[in-house]
Amino acid sequence: MKIKFGKKLLFSLKKVIIVITVMVTVIGLSASAFRTNNDGETVTREKLDKIDSVASLAAFEKVYKVLMSPRCMNCHPAGDIPLQGDDSHIHTMSPMRGKDGKGVYAMKCSNCHQPSNSPGLRTPPGNPKWGLPPADMKMVFEGKSARELALQIMDYKQNGHKNKAKLIEHARDTLVKAGWNMGEGRKPPPLAYKDFVEAWDEWINNGGIAPKN
Amino acid sequence: MLKLNINKKNYELNIDPDTPLLWVLRDVIGLVGTKYGCGVAQCGACVVHLNGEAVRSCVTKVSRAAGQQVVTIEGLSVNNDHPLQKAWLELDVSQCGYCQAGQIMSAAVLLNENKNPTDKDINNAMEGNICRCGTYLRIHQAIHLAAEIQRKGSK
Repeated sequence: MKIKFGKKLLFSLKKVIIVITVMVTVIGLSASAFRTNNDGETVTREKLDKIDSVASLAAFEKVYKVLMSPRCMNCHPAGDIPLQGDDSHIHTMSPMRGKDGKGVYAMKCSNCHQPSNSPGLRTPPGNPKWGLPPADMKMVFEGKSARELALQIMDYKQNGHKNKAKLIEHARDTLVKAGWNMGEGRKPPPLAYKDFVEAWDEWINNGGIAPKN
Repeated sequence: MLKLNINKKNYELNIDPDTPLLWVLRDVIGLVGTKYGCGVAQCGACVVHLNGEAVRSCVTKVSRAAGQQVVTIEGLSVNNDHPLQKAWLELDVSQCGYCQAGQIMSAAVLLNENKNPTDKDINNAMEGNICRCGTYLRIHQAIHLAAEIQRKGSK
């Protein structure tokens, strides 16, 4: 009698284990079709299928060349002094970044950099927003590999707290755009502005994939 | 017609808005204390205050100053008794003197924002002001002295 009861119990236990295993598998499979991204937006498997990582990587290759060109990199230096010129030398007069990226004391960016370009060769280029990234988030480009820079840009905690929409918007920022209008004698970035924006969008809309190195 | 306020005095000028502020100060209004050095914002001889900031008037279009407060070396103090001016005289800082108005105007912004600057703060503030006579050491000393005068004056 006792043996019969034991067998019955074992059989019921097996049943329970099978049911639990099936449930966990079903839940797991359906959950894997959803992910939550930085924006708190749920990315469905359907959406993931639309992401073209090859296109994303190809687009970033173009983007990287622009970001590492003097017109962009000079104001994203590794140190606290901006770079200057087509050879990205340290800015003469050594103006310091300051807390907000707008310089310090009598050496604030806007003291020389006017709201628009000054006429003539070797005069300060201008924009109302002229400055470096702030001291608490330096967003360094100088010295970064393509992978490092892609990961940094896509990281909300390192990119100036920009979600996907803000990143897309950033390429349209007037200061970014000013990179293609830097006054007389300065070489523009290696891609036309329109093509840069197109590559930027394609990279980000396809997942902002970072290259392997 | 462009409305300017320079050293607390109002002016209405019929002038090309792209004219550099320095030209207006010197050639139109006759305030010649501010000097022309390089004309491309590289030397600091032309520094004046625009709403309290040390702008380089040789590259600042006069239109940027319209309706704003401009202060030149002539307007830094009523009786030439700004702590920096006192310190400059005390230590006999100037040699040829050409760059000194710009030096003092830049230093004034520093002292306004930092009452007790270190040597590093002074370097960071004054790197853009060039002195061909090499009076940098005396400029440093004078800024420290002016900071002291300013602190004592505010007690």
